[in-house]
Amino acid sequence: MLLISCPNCGPRDETEFHYGGQAHVEYPKDPHALSDREWAQFLFYRDNDRGAYAERWSHSLGCRKWFNAVRDTVTYDFIAVYPMGQARPDTHAAAAPQTSSTTESEGAVR
Amino acid sequence: MADLPPEHPDFLWRNPEPKKSYEAVIIGGGGHGLATAYYLAKNHGMTNIAILERGWLAGGNMARNTTIIRSNYLWDESAAMYEKSLKLWEQLPEELDYDFLFSQRGVLNLAHTLQDVRESQRRVNANALNGVDAEWLDPKQVKEVCPIINIGDDLRYPVMGATFQPRAGIAKHDHVAWAFARKCDEMGVDIIQNCEVTGIERIGDKVVGVQTTRGDIATEKVAMCVAGDSSVLADMAGIRLPIQSHPLQALVSELFEPVHPTVVMSNHVHVYVSQAHKGELVMGAGVDSYNGYGQRGGFHVIEEQLAAAVELFPIFARAHVLRTWGGIVDVTLDASPIVSKTEVDGLYANCGWGTGGFKGTPAAGLTFAHTIANDEPHPLNAPYALDRFETGHLIDEHGAAAVAH
Ligand SMILES: Cc1cc2nc3c(=O)[nH]c(=O)nc-3n(C[C@H](O)[C@H](O)[C@H](O)COP(=O)(O)OP(=O)(O)OC[C@H]3O[C@@H](n4cnc5c(N)ncnc54)[C@H](O)[C@@H]3O)c2cc1C
Ligand SMILES: [Zn+2]
Repeated sequence: MLLISCPNCGPRDETEFHYGGQAHVEYPKDPHALSDREWAQFLFYRDNDRGAYAERWSHSLGCRKWFNAVRDTVTYDFIAVYPMGQARPDTHAAAAPQTSSTTESEGAVR
Repeated sequence: MADLPPEHPDFLWRNPEPKKSYEAVIIGGGGHGLATAYYLAKNHGMTNIAILERGWLAGGNMARNTTIIRSNYLWDESAAMYEKSLKLWEQLPEELDYDFLFSQRGVLNLAHTLQDVRESQRRVNANALNGVDAEWLDPKQVKEVCPIINIGDDLRYPVMGATFQPRAGIAKHDHVAWAFARKCDEMGVDIIQNCEVTGIERIGDKVVGVQTTRGDIATEKVAMCVAGDSSVLADMAGIRLPIQSHPLQALVSELFEPVHPTVVMSNHVHVYVSQAHKGELVMGAGVDSYNGYGQRGGFHVIEEQLAAAVELFPIFARAHVLRTWGGIVDVTLDASPIVSKTEVDGLYANCGWGTGGFKGTPAAGLTFAHTIANDEPHPLNAPYALDRFETGHLIDEHGAAAVAH
């Protein structure tokens, strides 16, 4: 189970959170100008990075607020947690992961 | 159920060095890659082809899945695809001359709420209209099919009935892979293991080859069958797919004598259970919510699935979990696969089978091979083209397919 640092409440178990997928996906500025292809990109296409990935989480059983995180999709380590509206931090510069994330990786089959 | 598993085969395929060029290259040596090669050779006479697998044959989801095979999907496009697959499964042991223990022991999809009941009955009717065998069973009939199930009304979510597809079942997945591999090899297909594709080369809008850890290979047709890594491979070719990769876990118990005669799935309390030929109880549940490539998932998913299993099957309470593992599945937004040409000439995508692609293996191979050989879709996979996300002709099997993805 992931241990996730809610920016408002501190570290809590993953089961308190709801996953919201890719972060920083902007609603089209001029929706009427979009072609079907562009609409499809907006609605159905999301990045699916292997490695550092910016995503949204909501602390649905706690403060009920959304926030953003950069997480490594291979190790599942959280590299950064930051409020909505803030730009994606430069995670290359970030030092050690903020929190350890998995508690049961020991017995996992790779 | 007491059937003994087949012997481990002697090595049934050559391990050739990769050639400098092929008529077509298939990336991924799982079930789908193997089935695609098989039908390319058998139905289209294309034998100058290679399957490139970065690890060992069928080491991905092919041998990590819980092997449930059924065709009781709601929508016409899905029923057509999965029923074709089931018909192929029924003939494949003879065709491949290999008894991989395809066991048509039936599948029960349980209903636990009034809404479940209505959805299930609707699906039974839809199945009947599409020529798929399906029945609605009341709780007592469910108990007749699967005597160990708890149909008491003291459960939080009592069993209110189930759909039953008698022709559904399970098969020994790794043996399925070996059976396909042997036939592919006999027809001249090169199966190349320990060969990771690291780049896809294009000139303009055309594919011209792949880069691998064992050298460059020239080819005009590249077919991706890399469940879990679909986005990563597409990225190498400079295209985007409407895919998200998620961890999906499974587990087995120690061996027991036969107690569980069918396959039971519950969407609502989310667990699915069958008993393997050797005797392990095999169980799975839903995907972990977050994107992941780590081939493992969270313990709480396992905990919840075991709680559901013990409530439904009280006699499992003393069973021990022997092993848990995870695979990475590639999920689309409408929970249906993509078997399609791409915007790049000569690049073909077979992906997005999510949590249910094992059952689709033969039909995926058949239709994908047709698409690759003719550069146009087979009637069965025409609805599964990438353009459905632009036209809006989605095949929305979320919930409808009798499992939450
Ligand atoms: C736990 C679990 C339970 C499941 N249960 C069921 C079930 O009960 N019924 C059902 O129908 N489906 C089930 N599925 C889904 C099913 O396993 C998949 O949909 C299906 O196996 C995907 O097709 P495949 O066999 O080709 O994928 P895989 O077997 O994963 O094949 C993909 C291959 O591509 C290789 N590859 C990746 N990248 C590269 C590269 N760069 N170069 C070379 N090779 C590469 C991988 O090593 C892998 O071997 C389950 C999946 C999981 C994980
Ligand atoms: Zn909080």
